[in-house]
Amino acid sequence: MTSSAPALAKGEAKSELNDSLDTGAKKVFCVPEHTVEIIANSGEGAQKCGQIFGSVSAKMGNGVWTVEIIPAEIEPPPRHVTSTSGNLIRFGTEQITNWGDRTKLAVAFNEQVLLSRHRLDSLDDECIILVEDMWENHDDENIRKEWATAMEEMSSANYRIVKVPIEEESLKIVDNPHHGKNMFALGMLAEVYQRDLDLIKKQIANIFRRKPAKVTELNIALVELGIQWARENLDFQFDVPAKVHEEARVVMNGNQATALGAIAAGMEFCAMYPITPATSVSHELCDIIESYGGMVHQAEDEIAAAGVAIGASYAGKVALTVTSGPGMALKTEFMALAVMTEMPLVLVDVQRGGPSTGLPTKVEQSDLLAALYGQHGDAPRVVMAPATIEDCFQSMITARRIAETFRTLVIVLTDANLATGVQQFPRPQLDERWQEAPLDLSAVPEGTLPYDWDHSTGLSRRIIPGQANGQYTVTGLAHDEFSKVSYEPESNELGCNMRSRKLAVFQSTLKPPTVVGDEEGDLLIVGWGSTRGAIEEAVGRARADKLKVSSCHLTFMSPLEPGLKEIFSRFKRVMTVEINYSDRLGDPYITAENRRLGQMCWLLRAHTLVDIDCWTRVPGQPLRPGDIHNAIVSHLENGAAS
Amino acid sequence: MSVSMPSFLNCISDDDFAHYEVDDYQKCVAKWCSGCGDFGALNATKRLLAKEQLQPENTVFVSGIGCSSRFPHYVNSYGFHGIHGRALPIATGVKLTRPELDVFVVMGDGDCCSIGTAHWIHAIRYNMDMTVLLLDNNIYGLTKKQTSPTTPIGFSTNTMPRGSYLPPLNPLTATLGVSNASFVAQTADWIPAHMYATLQAAYEHKGFSFVRILQRCPKFTPDVFTDAVKNPDNNELLVHENGIDAPGLEKLFKNRIIHDPKDLDGGRHYAEVENRVRLGLFYRNGELPCYEDTREVVSVTAAEKIQKINTEFDRYAV
Ligand SMILES: Cc1ncc(C[n+]2csc(CCOP(=O)(O)OP(=O)(O)O)c2C)c(N)n1
Ligand SMILES: [Mg+2]
Repeated sequence: MTSSAPALAKGEAKSELNDSLDTGAKKVFCVPEHTVEIIANSGEGAQKCGQIFGSVSAKMGNGVWTVEIIPAEIEPPPRHVTSTSGNLIRFGTEQITNWGDRTKLAVAFNEQVLLSRHRLDSLDDECIILVEDMWENHDDENIRKEWATAMEEMSSANYRIVKVPIEEESLKIVDNPHHGKNMFALGMLAEVYQRDLDLIKKQIANIFRRKPAKVTELNIALVELGIQWARENLDFQFDVPAKVHEEARVVMNGNQATALGAIAAGMEFCAMYPITPATSVSHELCDIIESYGGMVHQAEDEIAAAGVAIGASYAGKVALTVTSGPGMALKTEFMALAVMTEMPLVLVDVQRGGPSTGLPTKVEQSDLLAALYGQHGDAPRVVMAPATIEDCFQSMITARRIAETFRTLVIVLTDANLATGVQQFPRPQLDERWQEAPLDLSAVPEGTLPYDWDHSTGLSRRIIPGQANGQYTVTGLAHDEFSKVSYEPESNELGCNMRSRKLAVFQSTLKPPTVVGDEEGDLLIVGWGSTRGAIEEAVGRARADKLKVSSCHLTFMSPLEPGLKEIFSRFKRVMTVEINYSDRLGDPYITAENRRLGQMCWLLRAHTLVDIDCWTRVPGQPLRPGDIHNAIVSHLENGAAS
Repeated sequence: MSVSMPSFLNCISDDDFAHYEVDDYQKCVAKWCSGCGDFGALNATKRLLAKEQLQPENTVFVSGIGCSSRFPHYVNSYGFHGIHGRALPIATGVKLTRPELDVFVVMGDGDCCSIGTAHWIHAIRYNMDMTVLLLDNNIYGLTKKQTSPTTPIGFSTNTMPRGSYLPPLNPLTATLGVSNASFVAQTADWIPAHMYATLQAAYEHKGFSFVRILQRCPKFTPDVFTDAVKNPDNNELLVHENGIDAPGLEKLFKNRIIHDPKDLDGGRHYAEVENRVRLGLFYRNGELPCYEDTREVVSVTAAEKIQKINTEFDRYAV
């Protein structure tokens, strides 16, 4: 996908726009994709505006990726660079797999939130900005000054700033502009991008379905006013053609997909403790799971949540616990217990920035090694990472199957990017068999052993309370086939062996990952998790520039998919791209020997003995295809000597 | 299972006729030190199981880590010997999803009142129908004589060789202070009749039945209960027509306090220690909500679920 096609190609397009301005004629730019954002103080409804815009675009047949822009506090001060709340929507003719590079058109309710985006380098140099004009000549002198200073700071960019009387216009319809500006803004965007008004109306009616009909009417009136204002005052429009999709499609964010996936997978029980950005998975589940005969238990802490989930699994239920990094840290002792007792358990870690409280609302892929190795003793488990919103759904079904077949802990690593990113995907086909209970309560044959390991696979039969003749005592102590505590050397070796063997058996069922691009070349980019879309887009651009680059995206981190060493051997160089920390060569004190690498990079080096490099960043936001592209180019330039 | 069926009754399943003797509840020989109070608790428990004829496959014992937490290994039932301090979350998961199972929880004083405190407080409030034994020997037994929250002030241990610094935590008043506490009793391992009667009452109570068992540790705290054992006159027995009644205790305990277990304030008052051991039922309220009852689930067929998920998808349809 040629995603960087600018709305206004540098130079001439801009002057073209200026031309059309001069002549007063409305100019329509046809583009394969565009990135728009709407930003405001928290509480002004920018998110709602963005969500409607995104979902209407999806419904019209555009590919869409939506990113939430969230302040860290619930009620941050208004008109402040830390208060920015809103939505970024990248949409196009083709499927959109990531948030892309920079915003081409922004609607801002004040200059401070705009400034925050400018400082983050989120806006394209030639971004069109529709900004509330009431601050420029505000009665309050301080505000006027703030406006002037901000504008001065932003004058370094070539933004095209259009001042809009958003509040003044909205007041024509509502008394309280805080509950209305967002719909006026939505109207402007609807006109600029020619969105389907009927769809917008339906969407609004749905949102306010529990409110008096008057509310829906007012909101629609505001949208229509926005449309009218844009029609009369803006001299440009963008046309982002949509495609007709044959198959049924759904649009949702990753946490919603995870929650629905859990239900579709037949998970009956989720124990959790609230933590951003994982919480909304449980919000979704809390909303609906009871009507499926299941429940969410909000525990007193993450330790308890893990314990309650393990208790439920022991009792024969399909159990889930959902958390983020700090919560997973608390669960580690119980995770090892699940491994030791071979209790099926699915743990979703919606990764955020760390360490410690870190960046609670922001994306990072820094929990990989913790998920793999963050426990006492040898505790083999399955670790997997969905790469797309659709994967979030599907991985829950896979995770359950693995957990039960192999009597193991399965960790699903999603992240804040997937959690809040909204994307459409083909409506999943459901299977009734996914709903089957793990076991019934019929008696087991007398003498059945709780760990009756098949010595070649490590697999054994699970027994649950209620099954006559099965009564045994689970223990986290080293134990034998009878689940009897045993400190015998052979017995401990055997237990470790059996628990580990299962991973190898599982790996034997996996296929090598696919290589996107040529099967051999100068550079292979390896990624995992939510970076897939950005990596493949970047590699696509590099390939369009005739660079011999391919990519390969891993779903399983434990066990790793087979055949990696062979794949790597076909490329001159291999480099991981990850959202976690690594030292950079050239920084003070950093040498090739002491350099700390990206987490997947460590893992692959250890497993393949290939001298793999990494390009990692921790900006607290998803990687941009443009930045990955630059990294690829410079890596190849630096390596050209070899 | 002790009754073998005559062959002409083959058509009837064993279970219908199963009868369990006390010994049928023994899984293997318990390995505690000789003189350990845990034996008494195990014996009283097995007697209770036999009296109630609990089916081993529908009974679950959950414990943490400690000498006392070995308990489930010795009972013929399902068991979960968990991790230190975390028996209650595991038991919560079991009871919440399988309320028909009889759940017993066994913890030590370090297990329950130190590392597991958060879970203890919340489990009291959840008030799930389970029988909870705190085997309180005033010491960390398994790890060899470290101070526990219930170790008496001044008592010398390996971590506080010059004596414990602070007055001990009182598990009874702590429990009675938590909202929704519904059953709090204290008994002692050396008075089998009282212990059995207490466990019986605890089992019969619907809710979180918290029984603190004063438990002698012959190795590390051999003397902390000596006075109470030797001079029952220094003890006080809480009695009431609605309280715990054990035959033959009249002779042993001259000091009796008439306390109605409905009376929470009185229970809290008597739970405060005044240099003497008080045994009996401090509080019981069978009317309080049990968490699992508030979380009852409906039964839904797979086909219905698929239909519902599809409706859910409609909400997200493009
Ligand atoms: C997380 C953790 N911390 C510490 C321990 C070590 N440990 C095992 S049992 C125990 C205390 C046991 O005392 P108590 O709970 O009173 O039981 P008792 O042995 O006296 O019956 C400790 C500290 C452990 N197993 N796990
Ligand atoms: Mg103890």
